[in-house]
Amino acid sequence: MLTLDGVSIAYDGVPAVIDASLRLEDGEVLAVLGPSGSGKSTLLRAVAGLEPVTTGRIAWDDGDLAGVPTHKRGFALMFQDGQLFGHLTVARNVGYALRLRRTPNAAARVRELLELVGLEGYGDRLPATLSGGERQRVALARSLAVQPRLLLLDEPLSALDAGLRERLANDLRDILRAAGTTALMVTHDQEEAFTVADRLAVMRAGRIVQQGDIAAVWRAPADPETALFLGYARVLEGESAGTLLRAAGLPDDDAAVAVRRSALVVADAGPLAGVVVSARVTPELIRLVVEVDGIGAVDAVARLDTHPAAGDRVSMVVDASRLAVTPTTS
Amino acid sequence: MRRILALVGLAAVPLAVLGVFFVLPVSGMLSEGFWVDGRFDPGAVADVLTRPRTLRVIWFTLWSALAGTTVSVLLGVPAAHLLHRRRFHGRGVLRALLLVPFVLPTVVVGVAFRELIGEAGPLGFLGFDGSAGAIVAGLAFFNVAVVIRAVGAAWESLDPRPAEAAAALGASPAQVFRTVTLPALRPAIVSAASVVFLFCATAFGVVLTLGGLRYSSIETEIYLLTTNLLDLQAAAALSIVQLVAITALLVVTSRLRAVADPRLARTTARPPRVSVGDWPGVLATVLVGVLVGLPIAALVVGSLQVGDGWGLGNYRALTTGGSRDALLVPVTDALVTSLRTAVDATWMALSLGLLVAVVVTRRSHTRAERRVRGLLDGLFMLPLGVSAVTLGFGFLITLDEPPLDLRDSLLLVPIAQALVALPLVVRTLAPALGGVDDRQRQAAASLGAGPLRTFATVDLPVMWKPLLAAAGFAFAVSLGEFGATSFLARDESPTMPIVIFHLIGHPGAMNYGMALAASVVLAATTAVVMLAVERLRVPSLGAF
Repeated sequence: MLTLDGVSIAYDGVPAVIDASLRLEDGEVLAVLGPSGSGKSTLLRAVAGLEPVTTGRIAWDDGDLAGVPTHKRGFALMFQDGQLFGHLTVARNVGYALRLRRTPNAAARVRELLELVGLEGYGDRLPATLSGGERQRVALARSLAVQPRLLLLDEPLSALDAGLRERLANDLRDILRAAGTTALMVTHDQEEAFTVADRLAVMRAGRIVQQGDIAAVWRAPADPETALFLGYARVLEGESAGTLLRAAGLPDDDAAVAVRRSALVVADAGPLAGVVVSARVTPELIRLVVEVDGIGAVDAVARLDTHPAAGDRVSMVVDASRLAVTPTTS
Repeated sequence: MRRILALVGLAAVPLAVLGVFFVLPVSGMLSEGFWVDGRFDPGAVADVLTRPRTLRVIWFTLWSALAGTTVSVLLGVPAAHLLHRRRFHGRGVLRALLLVPFVLPTVVVGVAFRELIGEAGPLGFLGFDGSAGAIVAGLAFFNVAVVIRAVGAAWESLDPRPAEAAAALGASPAQVFRTVTLPALRPAIVSAASVVFLFCATAFGVVLTLGGLRYSSIETEIYLLTTNLLDLQAAAALSIVQLVAITALLVVTSRLRAVADPRLARTTARPPRVSVGDWPGVLATVLVGVLVGLPIAALVVGSLQVGDGWGLGNYRALTTGGSRDALLVPVTDALVTSLRTAVDATWMALSLGLLVAVVVTRRSHTRAERRVRGLLDGLFMLPLGVSAVTLGFGFLITLDEPPLDLRDSLLLVPIAQALVALPLVVRTLAPALGGVDDRQRQAAASLGAGPLRTFATVDLPVMWKPLLAAAGFAFAVSLGEFGATSFLARDESPTMPIVIFHLIGHPGAMNYGMALAASVVLAATTAVVMLAVERLRVPSLGAF
């Protein structure tokens, strides 16, 4: 079990991580989600032993890790761009840590790992001949080779293009589950975090602002900014929040409400009405911006067989599962 | 704080060596100037600096170095274009050959120039002998290679697309060069020029052999003052002037140093063939070829001349001590001494240089750490700025009593030569080490590799070529080193450059012929080492 207790990290007196506390149980995958510059990578590097901690404590099963050098921690770190050793073949890259420990039957284990990541028969190739996705798979196999007690993933999929990223995120989750690996992943991509992780910690400006079960964090962002970062399109407050909550049939108790882009759906005889400001057709549905009476401009969607145009008056229902009530900023 | 301690720990060995064998001798030499008869007397130094002769020497050093730099850059930049951006038969061979002069022993080059332009030489009718022009030509001979190498490497990896974009917008080739290419190359040119200026301003062997009695640079003046006139105070004063000026120059150079981005993809496009528009490059390359080729040809031809005929008599005479007892030992013995010394100097320079390169290229975590690394980097470049003559004489006067009585140690000469070669070694190794993505090391560490294992996995595969190249450099520098060695070599075991200098100083046709033959042998030895280095194709050779 990994425990971070009030960890702060500073570069030249400039704080990068402030008072971060986390717990990661064995077998769990925790994603640290945050925009770039939020200090999440610094936090990961500190766990790996690559950054000195200014104050606070990082511990594994109650053993303080301060003073334990990177190569003795037994954590494997996987980089955004793999960082394979260019002069070694795929098999020798994957078997690197096995050779360090003089593990018997290393060749069989390497084959097994390559199979796990879906790269059977790639053993003799050099990293330069692989595609970006293949390289990341090799890097993952290399990290998993000696069954690290903790796997650290630094934006493992960010360097890949969108389609590949989605596929590899699913594979990554399956591989981590199959191997029962405890993992800490940092990413700025909510979808990636959602696909791979069980638990989520949101980081902003060096602080961990929220952590918990991934679905719970999604349902109830800690504050409006977190909601926006988690992919909610707008946060409404005050009178407009109240109007929307009442239309959704939820209690109106002076909270802010975060709205996804598809929370309002155009339907006959809905409780809300407004004038379409703009309409854009996408492959699945029509995305609108509507000036709703008593609320103001919000996003809405309509089915493809309807034809709302700018200036039309429409009525809408609210999908309460696409709202999140959060405490107000004040 | 712990990281800074670790840093200093790693730097401790090179620091200790530098302290004992560089700072101690040099400060010993400098203090000769300030302490007269045991009394602190800085006024005397000021007196020396206002002597008319001193001012003349400083002035000559400045303008000859400036002229040498200008000629080197004007010839080197167009030649770099031809040799690194155009494709033609024999390009590799030509590039390798033009790199050789850089490591030729200075004494050899001096002899070769005198053979070419001396009274009896093929170009003797020009009356060039003993002129300032000859010295400038000699300086350019060495340093064109530096410009071609540094600018060529930058040019080769230059992204051609901005130039193509400018051309597509209607810029003529000359306009493209002026508005796009030149600004992109400016860091490389400026840094090459400042290094060349440094080499020119501290050149010793060339000025000593070509300058005769009329011209003296700060470096040769220090030599004359210490050995012939025994005016240590004046020598120390000049050393201080040199140290201050060169340190200032080094600081400026380090600011201008072009930092190659290791992530920058090098272009792999095949360079086009030579066309009519490449005439400036062709012309410059031909001129460089003439500048480099003629003196060497004259040297080889001269060495084969025996009396009025031709023959190998001069080479056969190398097993003797020369006529009129010019030498205590045969030249062949000196060659063995030179090679043995060079081997020692090479392993010393290499092990020191590797430690220094590791220390200065590791990523800094804090500003304080960065500053310490920068300071160390500058410190280990200092031997570049201190006259080899000062260093050699400093060895003599400070390492002569217990616990450091090394006057009779066989290691004294190799140690001095290793220090002279150190900056070159560091500058060959550091760019290669700095180009390694630090995350590769972190990846190895996170997989369980300790520091040594990490070095073997990540650094060594990219380092072995630069290491071999640096070894070649150190070996060549040691073979040709003259300034410090002239003080330290014992009479019964001189090195080749010392022997050659002795021979040209002794009257007699046979001695002169032997000097020529010995020069050819020494030049051939260094050239072979250098060509082997060139085969390694290390991109950052001597990237200062």
